[in-house]
Amino acid sequence: MDLEYTNKVLEYFKNPRNMGKIDDADGIGKVGNPVCGDVMWIYIKVKNNKIIDCKFQTFGCVAAVATSSIMTEIVKGKTIDGALNISNKNVVKELGGLPDIKMHCSLLAEEGIKKAIEDYRSKSKT
Amino acid sequence: MIYLDYNATTPLDKEVLEAMLPYLEDVYGNPSSTYAFARKSRKAIDEARQKAASFLGAEPDEIIFTSGGTESDNTAIKGVSFARLPKKGSIITSSIEHHAVLNSVKSLEKFGFECKYLNVDEFGLIDLGRLKDYLGPDTILVSVMYANNEVGTIEPVKDIVRLCRDKGIYVHTDAAQAAGKIKIDVKELDVDFLSLSAHKLYGPKGVGVLYAKRGVKFEPLLHGGRHEKNRRASTENVAGIVGLGKALEIARSRMDDEERNIRILRDKLQNGILERIPEVKLNGHPDKRLYNTLNVCIKYIEGEGMLTHLDFEGVCASSGSACTSGSLEPSHVLLAMGIPHELAHGSLRFSLGKYNTESEIDRVLEIFPPIVEKLRSMSPFWNGK
Repeated sequence: MDLEYTNKVLEYFKNPRNMGKIDDADGIGKVGNPVCGDVMWIYIKVKNNKIIDCKFQTFGCVAAVATSSIMTEIVKGKTIDGALNISNKNVVKELGGLPDIKMHCSLLAEEGIKKAIEDYRSKSKT
Repeated sequence: MIYLDYNATTPLDKEVLEAMLPYLEDVYGNPSSTYAFARKSRKAIDEARQKAASFLGAEPDEIIFTSGGTESDNTAIKGVSFARLPKKGSIITSSIEHHAVLNSVKSLEKFGFECKYLNVDEFGLIDLGRLKDYLGPDTILVSVMYANNEVGTIEPVKDIVRLCRDKGIYVHTDAAQAAGKIKIDVKELDVDFLSLSAHKLYGPKGVGVLYAKRGVKFEPLLHGGRHEKNRRASTENVAGIVGLGKALEIARSRMDDEERNIRILRDKLQNGILERIPEVKLNGHPDKRLYNTLNVCIKYIEGEGMLTHLDFEGVCASSGSACTSGSLEPSHVLLAMGIPHELAHGSLRFSLGKYNTESEIDRVLEIFPPIVEKLRSMSPFWNGK
């Protein structure tokens, strides 16, 4: 393969943290497109404006799995506003870098958590 | 390591290496020089040319040594077209060719040639009916691969020649994957050009053959000295050519035994995967397919993840997913066969060769199903079916 991943990316791919779904999630962010080869579903559980649990399901490459997994770790325990401040750059930094062609995966993870929060907010209004 | 990527490249046969070594060490004379020492190099090339001719059922002067399959394809396609200039014409190829052919053909559009791409059916076979419709008075060349590198489907090259022969249209076939696996006789096949590459049949990288039938007209790609009868300038890659000759000689003498052994292993791998893993689609033609190639789509997961897990276990294979092609599109071959994008992303190719053993196949059948299970358990589309 012509792609060089950091050991941390490979580690998160091999042993992904927070993998699976949350059955009674307060918000779900479904992003990506199977036609493009990457789909992430990010689940959040919220209590007192804090993300108390976060899980993911991903169809995609090594980078897609690793970015979604580490994103769930980063936002867990953060306030909603704190989670909204997380950008793909934080994800890439945490992983020790990503190949250029895989940067879109980190953007997808950012989009995923934002969509999940949006979903939570729209539900909690009603 | 378990190497199951023989369609990408093959290891160098030890006998081939032995044959090459003298020409990398002591016998360094330029084959074009006139003294006795250089004539040793010349003689080695002549012998290799004879071996290549015997391998293909060709005459020695119909064999042109090149730097590999890509150069052979480029020479045939551009050479035939440029020899026509200032007249133009139309070139027909298939939509599942190797990029060496596809992009050579495409480059000719810039020069005013018309290029047409043949569709394939779900098995990867070209549409002969459509070819008939495409053939016209301005058609100068049809280039269709002998066997596809990704799915292994074997194309009806003989039928293509039959349609073109009385119209005076040249036929080129890229036999990079077929050579060494299927017996090829250019006289019987009656093609005008054929490309093959040494490193796909246990020879060295960087050397190949362009078969050009006596009397065909084409403009060389490389101009310079009078090498290869003015058809391909450049001081000969003597050691490479010797290695190629040896590799072809070995392939010719052992092809039948190898076919038997490799087919048994491939079938074992194929049946094992289809039995152990649900929701797997077999790609390529069920029968008209290279006996070493197995291409499958593993539904609900993506190829790069599978390859990486296999790599953790020391297994080398390949995939047609976008992630592994370095582009955003999955394999053009699978898409042309009508396989949807999301399925093509989950494609995997195992291609076997003469050094594989049954215990290696057993090992892959042991480790691969849990890899699929693990990735599916992660996938939002799987849902524990």
